Amino acid sequence: MLRNDKPRPGEFFQRDRNLHPPQYTPIYKTSVARSPRYALLSLENTISEITGPVFGHNDIDPIDNDLIKNYAKTGDPIGERIIVHGRVLDESGRGVPNTLVEIWQANAGGRYRHKKDTYLAPIDPNFGGCGRTLTDENGFYFFRTVKPGAYPWRNYVNSWRPAHIHVSVFGTSFVQRLITQMYFEGDPLIKVCPIVNTIPDPKAIDQLIAPLDMNAAIPLDCLAYKFDIVLRGRRSTLFENRLEGN
Amino acid sequence: MPQSLDYLRETASQTAGPYVHIGLAPGAAGFQIFRRELGWDIAGPNAPGERIRVEGIVIDGTGSPVKDVLIEVWQADANGVHAHPEDQRRDQIADGFRGWGRVITDFETGLWGFDTVKPGPVAGRNGSRQAPHISLWIVARGINIGLHTRLYFDDEADANAADPVLNMIEHVNRRQTLVAARSVRDGKPVYRFDIRLQGDNETVFFDL
Repeated sequence: MLRNDKPRPGEFFQRDRNLHPPQYTPIYKTSVARSPRYALLSLENTISEITGPVFGHNDIDPIDNDLIKNYAKTGDPIGERIIVHGRVLDESGRGVPNTLVEIWQANAGGRYRHKKDTYLAPIDPNFGGCGRTLTDENGFYFFRTVKPGAYPWRNYVNSWRPAHIHVSVFGTSFVQRLITQMYFEGDPLIKVCPIVNTIPDPKAIDQLIAPLDMNAAIPLDCLAYKFDIVLRGRRSTLFENRLEGN
Repeated sequence: MPQSLDYLRETASQTAGPYVHIGLAPGAAGFQIFRRELGWDIAGPNAPGERIRVEGIVIDGTGSPVKDVLIEVWQADANGVHAHPEDQRRDQIADGFRGWGRVITDFETGLWGFDTVKPGPVAGRNGSRQAPHISLWIVARGINIGLHTRLYFDDEADANAADPVLNMIEHVNRRQTLVAARSVRDGKPVYRFDIRLQGDNETVFFDL
């Protein structure tokens, strides 16, 4: 077997399923018919699991992380101008460099630019609601956008989503793949949201709430919220591990 | 008190929701925003191997097709090489082969499909060999955490019979939920792979 210059890391840490929402969560009604009933089959990592897609600056454009400008037609979108920034880390605290982060959200009125969204709040002609960026060499990322509005949805008859931004992250491997949602500090709708409450662990919920970050705000221009994203960690190869690549 | 381990905890998953297309496939949501959408070309034009189509539907516990799913695909090339820095043969990958793709279901029919090259076998653990397979990751409204599964090929009967992962599935009758059925349409191989989230013949999903 060929050797790299440095020992290759081994398997990823086992995912702690106690901090993630289970698949079957009756308070979130759509999950009832869409959740597997049998136990997941636990597998040790192979080359198929420790690899995953690699993205580069050829894949995206610099404006893609600016939701204020990336769909502007006649001017800027309506809404509170905000920066969302933070770091993608692994569970060992290492930054995850050059990884793709994609976001999507409703506009300031709580309406998505999507043919399936029929909420009565208006579409903003200058707001698309999606963006993407690569983390830098230390795992840092940022977006500029407008703060999304809350909106009603058909779960219970008076269910409302708190303001949130959907976040998709890759990491270095297909087993780190994660989609989550970022919430905003101080939003009273968080504690009554059925989707938030699918998460059984209060600390895990807190970890999805981005605090206001006045130090990153731009005076007379926009506020800022900080959202760090933690992906699964990976064992170091302290001793010869049994994971064989190829 | 012992020392603290100081590990961080993984960020909790949340459902991709009904508007996942806006973020990950905006063209499907009905508008053009990015110069280039990601994930529509898995294998590129130059990769060797058999060009195939893979398609299917995702079925929920009521037996209905799920029409707002997004599926991501990860695979090796026809020689069993992954386009990833940790694959020591990655230099042999053809230009344009990424091995990753992203597809959504048709809003009316629930059908999804993608074109790629059929992957080759890859190394398993402890000197074993894995049958050709494609890794899939499934997210949608109502799915709280992405579902990992694998697609195998029904014309690889011998390799499948020896595959360490398929052989780990205790209930032998469930192994076939991971095997796609080959047919030929307009001269091109098409593999059918229906994913059942729940109910009769529920697909085997993995905790990886």
